[in-house]
Amino acid sequence: MATAHSRSAARIMMAPAVFVLLVWMLVPLSMTLFFSFKKFLPLRGDSIGRGLDWVGFANYARFISSSSFWPSVVTTLLIVGGVLVITVALGILLGILLDQPMWGQGVVRILVIAPFFVMPTVSALVWKNLFMDPVNGFLAHVWRAFGATPVEWLSQASLPSIVLIVSWEWLPFATLILLTAIQSLDSEQLEAAEMDGASSPARFFYIVLPHLARAITIVILIQTIFLLSIFAEIFVTTGGAFGTKTLTYLIYQRVLESQNVGLGSAGGVYAIILANIVAIFLMRIVGKNLDA
Amino acid sequence: MARAVTSRRKIINTVVAWGIGFLIFFPILWIVILSFKAEGDAIRTPIEVLTAPWTFENYSIVQARSNYSMHFFNSVVISFGSTILGLIIAVPAAWSMAFVPSRRTKDILMWMLSTKMLPAVGVLYPIYLMFIQLGLLDTRTGLMIVLMLINLPIIIWMLFTYFKEIPVDILEAARMDGASLREEILYVLTPMAIPGMASTVLLNVILAWNEAFWTLNLTAANAAPLTAFIASYSSPEGLFYAKLSAASVMAIAPILILGWFSQKQLVRGLTFGAVK
Repeated sequence: MATAHSRSAARIMMAPAVFVLLVWMLVPLSMTLFFSFKKFLPLRGDSIGRGLDWVGFANYARFISSSSFWPSVVTTLLIVGGVLVITVALGILLGILLDQPMWGQGVVRILVIAPFFVMPTVSALVWKNLFMDPVNGFLAHVWRAFGATPVEWLSQASLPSIVLIVSWEWLPFATLILLTAIQSLDSEQLEAAEMDGASSPARFFYIVLPHLARAITIVILIQTIFLLSIFAEIFVTTGGAFGTKTLTYLIYQRVLESQNVGLGSAGGVYAIILANIVAIFLMRIVGKNLDA
Repeated sequence: MARAVTSRRKIINTVVAWGIGFLIFFPILWIVILSFKAEGDAIRTPIEVLTAPWTFENYSIVQARSNYSMHFFNSVVISFGSTILGLIIAVPAAWSMAFVPSRRTKDILMWMLSTKMLPAVGVLYPIYLMFIQLGLLDTRTGLMIVLMLINLPIIIWMLFTYFKEIPVDILEAARMDGASLREEILYVLTPMAIPGMASTVLLNVILAWNEAFWTLNLTAANAAPLTAFIASYSSPEGLFYAKLSAASVMAIAPILILGWFSQKQLVRGLTFGAVK
């Protein structure tokens, strides 16, 4: 069917995309790998031109043994885990709710997915100042109206606050994907179960949830990849203070703030390995679905 | 009887869903309200805010003080530029993979997807260094290239899944009738591919517009798009709620509107075709 001519044409057409992605992946990655084995402190006069000292795995060992490493791993896991639980649980409920007959379904859907389109710096700043500010924020006014002392959200409850902000940004994504999956559910199957006397919790656990399993997995995997590297939300709210320093933020500080490139690169390699573990699972699922 | 029950359920559904929808949308609504209030009123209690007089002054102040339109222009150039650049590279690739698949097509697609999984912070310094060497730091061109590269896998994937849906028979018929490859693409494929391409463009403009890692780390005063410009508000000087709100509304309004049109494509694009 496909002639030799069209095959070679196809190869030529694919070449630019493959080439740029190959360069984009290999060049920076090998540089990071290279730096991670070197002592590289640009502010102390180290430069590539003058040659960098080889330090073996010292950067890797130091990155892990630093006092901020394990807390940053815990913070990362708490944020990713917290956001995943909230967005998936609420996303399922919202998805089911939005699938019910109601008036103005389209408008509600638009309201629900809106936060996804708000740029991260805007949502972080708006939550930080307009809502969570302990003096003038909206929540402070509400707390005072009930006679309570306003909470200093981003210092006293920093981690839950970040989880709240990020969940607000990602709930629309989870809802939208799960709603799409719910809509593809065969309604006759549900009706049949109802006729047979299955209660609504039974219908949910034995029909709806198994049907959603794949979509839930995809939501979890994709969100994990994005959540592992959230940056702006922490950058503009706490700047990594009050126990909100994630692995990504720690690496960023090592590389650009304290300019210890060797150490930061070793951290980067850890982050890449972590992301790849998640990625492998996602790729399996996507790959199964691909009939190329 | 049955009808009465269903319509009562419908009322409950409607009330609950609108309530939740309002709650989720409320922060955005609140930004919009504050942006039309005087700076002194914006920090009062919510009820006082609502009853305070409305004003347009924040919008003109933000524009006059911070060169807002330049950052807006940067966002437009960077997001559309990176998308168009991506399209130029992605269309031929997706076309050839969809219509002339080989044994390796699936592997290539999966490999392309895997480049998207690379955490940005892992390659921050190398990119930073290259940008300094090439004089790309704080330039629109530099950001356009980086954002094109991070979104290229999504563009190729989306186009691929759309192209896959075009019936091959039509292309074969065109080939039988003696259409050349160029004619085939221009007169047969393009008209059928335009809806899919439009959705792809839409989603990628949104993603590029909101990208907030590279835009924050690779720009300063000149090429900063709105993401980085808004971040400069994080160190408040005096009263600034109303102005922050006005700047935010202008930054998110265009993309919010585009986003509402692209709901369906969003699902497909962000799950790499795994959920349709």
